[in-house]
Amino acid sequence: MSPVLEVKDLRKQFGAVEALRGAALCCPAGEVTALVGDNGAGKSTLIRCITGVHPPDGGSISFRGEPVRFSAPTEARARGIETVYQDLALIEDLAVWQNMFLNRELTGGFGPLRWLQRRRMIEETQARLGRLLVNMPPVRAKVRRLSGGQRQSIAIGRAASWGSALVIMDEPTAALGLRERGAVETLIGNLRHEGIAQLIISHDLEQVMRISDSIWVMRGGRTIAQWRTKEVDRTQVVAAIAGGAA
Amino acid sequence: MARPGGIALKLRDPGFWGDNAALIGLIVIGAAFSVLTPYFLTWANISDLLVSASILLVLATAQQFAIVTGGIDLSIAGNLPWAAVIFGLAYNGGFGIALSALAAIVAGTLVGLVNGLVIAKLKVNDFIATLGMLGVMNGLALIVSSGQSFSVTSPFLQALALGSIGPVRYFYLIALLIAAGAHLLFTHTAFGTHVLATGGNREAARNMGIPVNRMRIAVYVIDGALVGLAAILLVARTGGSDPSLQTSQLLTSIAAVVLGGSSLFGGRAAILGTVAGALVLTTLLNGFTLLQISEFYQPIAVGIVVIAAAILSRLQR
Repeated sequence: MSPVLEVKDLRKQFGAVEALRGAALCCPAGEVTALVGDNGAGKSTLIRCITGVHPPDGGSISFRGEPVRFSAPTEARARGIETVYQDLALIEDLAVWQNMFLNRELTGGFGPLRWLQRRRMIEETQARLGRLLVNMPPVRAKVRRLSGGQRQSIAIGRAASWGSALVIMDEPTAALGLRERGAVETLIGNLRHEGIAQLIISHDLEQVMRISDSIWVMRGGRTIAQWRTKEVDRTQVVAAIAGGAA
Repeated sequence: MARPGGIALKLRDPGFWGDNAALIGLIVIGAAFSVLTPYFLTWANISDLLVSASILLVLATAQQFAIVTGGIDLSIAGNLPWAAVIFGLAYNGGFGIALSALAAIVAGTLVGLVNGLVIAKLKVNDFIATLGMLGVMNGLALIVSSGQSFSVTSPFLQALALGSIGPVRYFYLIALLIAAGAHLLFTHTAFGTHVLATGGNREAARNMGIPVNRMRIAVYVIDGALVGLAAILLVARTGGSDPSLQTSQLLTSIAAVVLGGSSLFGGRAAILGTVAGALVLTTLLNGFTLLQISEFYQPIAVGIVVIAAAILSRLQR
């Protein structure tokens, strides 16, 4: 079976700076793929090229076996690639259900004055998040009243629940407490069981070793190593990131 | 010991006081004036008070649209006399009341459109763009009218200013319907949700595929149309249009929105609070007049109330 996402020899240059000089990646369905590397290794640029923020200069991106080039994040989202950014892209003064259905509102009528079907959206939010989250926050609560872990869960749950084939997460547990981190990792495990491919950028190597199925290491804009997680130890990954023997 | 019930629990929550600052202020001020003067709590006075608040209420609702996106509309003070002058010119040019009223709304809407385009497309800060438009529209109003005031008398406008359905005057009925419409727009439509999202977190809204520039243009267009409507009410109330009208309603419209609990940083629309905010400001002036307190004290009282509301709003949930 072909992987959900496959990136080969991706290149991207900003003026004189070669941000990507041969990046590769493979994300199979139902697996957690970790992308690691030091600051400036090219991880974020690679994600931005995949999701259509930056057009790559060369190389190939295949999505479900088909070559793709997205010119905007909305195109990537339409194909089932959702990204959970570090700022989570949640609107604090809107309720959980409003964030869940943001720009996907269920409405009656037509035109700019489409009437919100509030009850349906509230019920669907409960159903969709209830399937993924262990401790679901009240869906009518405004996001500003939720804890960091709850917000993270809502953002990931939203990305995952829209029939996504691939969820990309940038530092999904940075700035979370231990307990909240655990809740998010449980959610990641649930998504794995749902068959969703997940790509996680993380500096937390302990977490990477704990939750990922494969690890890809980037340095200087290149992919320099890849392993099945169970076949590698933390020291080897650290050495690869730091530029030692991989 | 019994646990406090729902109401007691709410009263202990600082957020409750922050969220309802304007309404609580209105009740306190209303109660105080009721005790201090027997003329306050009469239907005739309350009706007059609501009529006085109507134009401010429409302008505050217009201002709310700009503020909810994190912007502000200073051009209201130029757009209002501009739209009134266009109304007067059209009516005195023989266009009839319906076309003249339409012209006022179109004139106001065009100002809003220009504001929106300058802000969203040319990336000019809201404050600067609308400050510029304030000057431009004040000047244009003087140029097109040659600095002359127009008398506008029509049976329709008289009925609008003085008529009623039973005890309810058309004047504040229109203002309250506009506020109710804005409330429904923000709470029950996809458009309203997208406007709130644009004001709450522009980058996130953009990431979710919401056309934030179009949203920002749209709110200024609605804002401008409402200012045009306020101009019609103003002409109906004063019987004419004055191009040099120095309206103090700009600052009070902003004060009403802030009093009502909306954030100047955007993302939060509290239309019911804005209604209460406009009523607080008008009630203060009404009560001071009834108590024959010098008008010199009125701005001080308004200023203190606005600051007190801002302090209370820090408790918002």
